[in-house]
Amino acid sequence: MAGLKEIRTRIASVKTTRQVTSAMKMVSAAKLKKAQDAILQIRPYAEKLHEILLSLSASLENVEDSVYTQDRAPEKVLVILVTSNRGLCGGFNTNISKKAIELVTSKYEQQLRLDKLDFLCIGKQGERYLKHRGFKVVANENSLFDELTFDNVAKIAEGAMKAFEAKEYDRIELVYNQFKNAAMQEQTAEQFLPVEMEEQDDNAANYDFIYEPSKEYIIKELIPRSLKIQFYKALLDSHAAEHGARMTAMHQATDNATTLIGDLTLQYNKARQAAITGEILEIVGGAEALKG
Amino acid sequence: MYLEIITPDKKVFEGEVKLIQLPGSKGAFEMLKNHAPIISTLGKGVIKIEDMDSKEQLFEIDGGVVENKANKIIVLVESV
Repeated sequence: MAGLKEIRTRIASVKTTRQVTSAMKMVSAAKLKKAQDAILQIRPYAEKLHEILLSLSASLENVEDSVYTQDRAPEKVLVILVTSNRGLCGGFNTNISKKAIELVTSKYEQQLRLDKLDFLCIGKQGERYLKHRGFKVVANENSLFDELTFDNVAKIAEGAMKAFEAKEYDRIELVYNQFKNAAMQEQTAEQFLPVEMEEQDDNAANYDFIYEPSKEYIIKELIPRSLKIQFYKALLDSHAAEHGARMTAMHQATDNATTLIGDLTLQYNKARQAAITGEILEIVGGAEALKG
Repeated sequence: MYLEIITPDKKVFEGEVKLIQLPGSKGAFEMLKNHAPIISTLGKGVIKIEDMDSKEQLFEIDGGVVENKANKIIVLVESV
């Protein structure tokens, strides 16, 4: 059995660790609240914008006139992977990176072989993961999380849209964690460009809309805006999911530390008891010997 | 008619209104009850609404889009 002193030192060290993890949990909880508010606020806007786009495209026979809807053969593909800058959040980063790799090895196997597949990483963890496994990371936007505002995000989205417009990439995929609740994230991979116009129920087409100034103008205005909002929403989602994942991970770590402390304390008490028993036996034995 | 004014940050207004004036890209216009369905982009300007008690409210916007469908109006703006 381990010595008393060693057990005591271990208990002390586990206690310190527990303090750290529980503090990190608190911090994450506070940040999660903020991130969650942000995502909940943007959802109605994003949904309504999507709705309007739907009613528009319902009445439009050929949507092909927008540069963002051109469906070209996917020769060059860009995958945007959203992770976090910091670790200690359980499987958050690993799961999403795996999802990204799974996507490229199944859907874009050919492009990968021909070296026509690039990654853009938002978040250091994903970048490290991919680089370590030999994937081509062309750029990163890790500083984005320092200041996660619509303007900053829109800049990146614009960059991606320009690259698509200039035919540098024929397809852009967005891989990120969608925020479900504090304990759950859903790994999502969605096609960012070209825009997929869904087949809609014809109930929207029943309205005979007036378009001001013109249908084409509105489409031209709305699609880029909708793309930026979609991108922003993905980042807010991932941000909230990150804090949720970290909070859960730290909660578990704190629980584990508590169990460990319990076990160690029990072990310590047993060892102490054994030592006392040993000492008493020695004293009694000594006294017996003296009586002779 | 039911009106919602939404920005990426929050819902600015939600409720029944009698009248709404909007700064359309091609010029300002006004909508009353039973207006024909319309989708229009908005320019910089001021949205004026009159609620059921004929109280006026003003919102300054930089641009956005409006959809009116069966007396349900959705106004999406970047900022107020």
